[in-house]
Amino acid sequence: MSKDRPTPPPETSPPTTEPQTDAAGQLPALERSVMGSVGMALMGAGLRSARPLQKIVLGSVGAGLAAMAATGRNPLATALKIRQTPQGEVLVSDAVTIGKPADDLYRVWRDLAGLPRLMTHLKAVEVLDERRSHWTVEAPTGTVSWEAALTADEPGRRIAWAALPGAAVENHGEVLFRPAPGDRGTEVAVRLAYRPPGGSAGAIAARLFGEEPAQQLRDDLMRFKREQELGFAPTTEGQSSARAGGQA
Amino acid sequence: MKAIVWQGTNKVGVETVPDPTLLLPTDAIVKITSTAICGSDLHLLDGVIPSMEKGDILGHEFMGEVVEVGRDVRRLKVGDRVVVPFNISCGVCDPCRRGLFSACDNSNPNHRMAEALYGGVSGGGLFGYSHMYGGYAGGQAQYVRVPFADVGPHKIESDLRDEQVLFLTDIFPTGYQAAENCGIVPGRDVVAVFGAGPVGQFAARSAQMLGAAHVIVIDRVPERLAMAESAGCQVINYEQEDVLIALREATGGRGPDHVIDAVGMEAHGHGPGALVDTAKQRLKLSFDRITALRWALLSCAKGGTVSLPGVYGGLIDKVPMGAAFAKGLTFRMGQTHTHRHIAPLLSRIEAGEIDPSFVITHRASLDDAPELYKTFRDKQGGCIKVVLNPWA
Repeated sequence: MSKDRPTPPPETSPPTTEPQTDAAGQLPALERSVMGSVGMALMGAGLRSARPLQKIVLGSVGAGLAAMAATGRNPLATALKIRQTPQGEVLVSDAVTIGKPADDLYRVWRDLAGLPRLMTHLKAVEVLDERRSHWTVEAPTGTVSWEAALTADEPGRRIAWAALPGAAVENHGEVLFRPAPGDRGTEVAVRLAYRPPGGSAGAIAARLFGEEPAQQLRDDLMRFKREQELGFAPTTEGQSSARAGGQA
Repeated sequence: MKAIVWQGTNKVGVETVPDPTLLLPTDAIVKITSTAICGSDLHLLDGVIPSMEKGDILGHEFMGEVVEVGRDVRRLKVGDRVVVPFNISCGVCDPCRRGLFSACDNSNPNHRMAEALYGGVSGGGLFGYSHMYGGYAGGQAQYVRVPFADVGPHKIESDLRDEQVLFLTDIFPTGYQAAENCGIVPGRDVVAVFGAGPVGQFAARSAQMLGAAHVIVIDRVPERLAMAESAGCQVINYEQEDVLIALREATGGRGPDHVIDAVGMEAHGHGPGALVDTAKQRLKLSFDRITALRWALLSCAKGGTVSLPGVYGGLIDKVPMGAAFAKGLTFRMGQTHTHRHIAPLLSRIEAGEIDPSFVITHRASLDDAPELYKTFRDKQGGCIKVVLNPWA
């Protein structure tokens, strides 16, 4: 198991294993200039429009885009609860408490090739050597794959990883295993950060097309908990009802 | 098999549906010998509980005989006579291990629906009670699939009749838990129960069993009040008296030490508050009508407990929170942790302390159920509790 890890970031801060180029909290420069031009064009069209409703709608959407460009913030992303790190990455995190010892749960996660069983949107993880692995995920546009490396591996406590330079989707993440107070088992906390293709607009587009990374992570963690605590997932699939075919 | 099916708001019908089958090795199939219509089924009929789908099989109060078990079922065998708690619990998660069975982490396959509404957590699944609560097929039918068969069903080994043990599935433990949550000091505390439906009746009698010095029951339906009176409770008809004044008088100006709201989200009540609640519910601006809850907070004595077995669904406003704060009230509430009450309450039935069949006013077949849903909702014909025989 690899011990040559870089200094892990403190547990309370988001993972920061990738170099950042944007100013903290700001949209990428290209996204800002596109937004600014589109915003100004819409405002112009709104002002020229003879129809009052169109004037208001085009004008305000345009003004909104221009404001986003000027301030470098995307309020739509905030409204859709897309969380961003100070480095402009999309952050997804969640946690679940599982009635099992941390060592057991760590071992399941450390078997990277087995992760697609836990995380259903992961298509495959191929272990290349002690540190490196090849990840393939389902995306709306087809499959996307990249190489990643472990950046931390503390048995029973923490696993962190980052995509290697040149990845189609820059991303990194960590999973923490903390003993829960009392006899409640282990708190499993996962933090993932990625740069969606197309910046925050891309993240919004993905959200509007039904891709909910936060919900996926929640579902994955609940599936993991149930697999560990029960050994199976409860279901109503195939039960009787008065719907077509009599199935639920 | 025959089953009672939700067909839309205010539409419940009898339909022929496929027999249930084992879906997981921990399941059992129970042939139902008796089932009942619960007051909370009326919230489904009225369409105020979200996430019902046309074709859902209703019913969560049922008992019967085990006819099939999955290969991982250890405690139950074919031929066992069982009562089945209305809530579905895994038995191994932290809430289940603490006896908080209705708060089970693992039994609701549709956890994300409840999480979205209720602050990121979901309770356990319920039989026949909307997809938010798991979408499990219910037991107003001839057979039912029972998940986690080693955790929920409780064997009845004595020769007690179905009618004496059927209500261990929900309304008896629900009324009992409501009274237990009050922390009654025997011989001293006065308990008021809003709502004299089945849960209110069991809450009142449980308060007596737990030693309440005096129990006062509030409703507007004469048959219900008469049933409570026959158990030795003082009764108040809120259509004939001002409830708050009557409760002050009955308690020497202190108010009841504990108040149980066995009404929940569809309180009738009267006055401007009730009108506003009804209008908002019709406009889908609100799930809940809260006259009973308001009265509970306003009437309760200083330092008292407000115990809520009645079901609430969403956000409520115009709650007299200032009164609750000024009096230092304690709130206790939630779905019943049925599993933990069944054995002790069964012992009380076996010891002859209570015969729960007192609450039954109507007996019928599944075919009669759609009509009886309405009779029960409209409180016609003295209807307090309906028991159905799926094989009649």
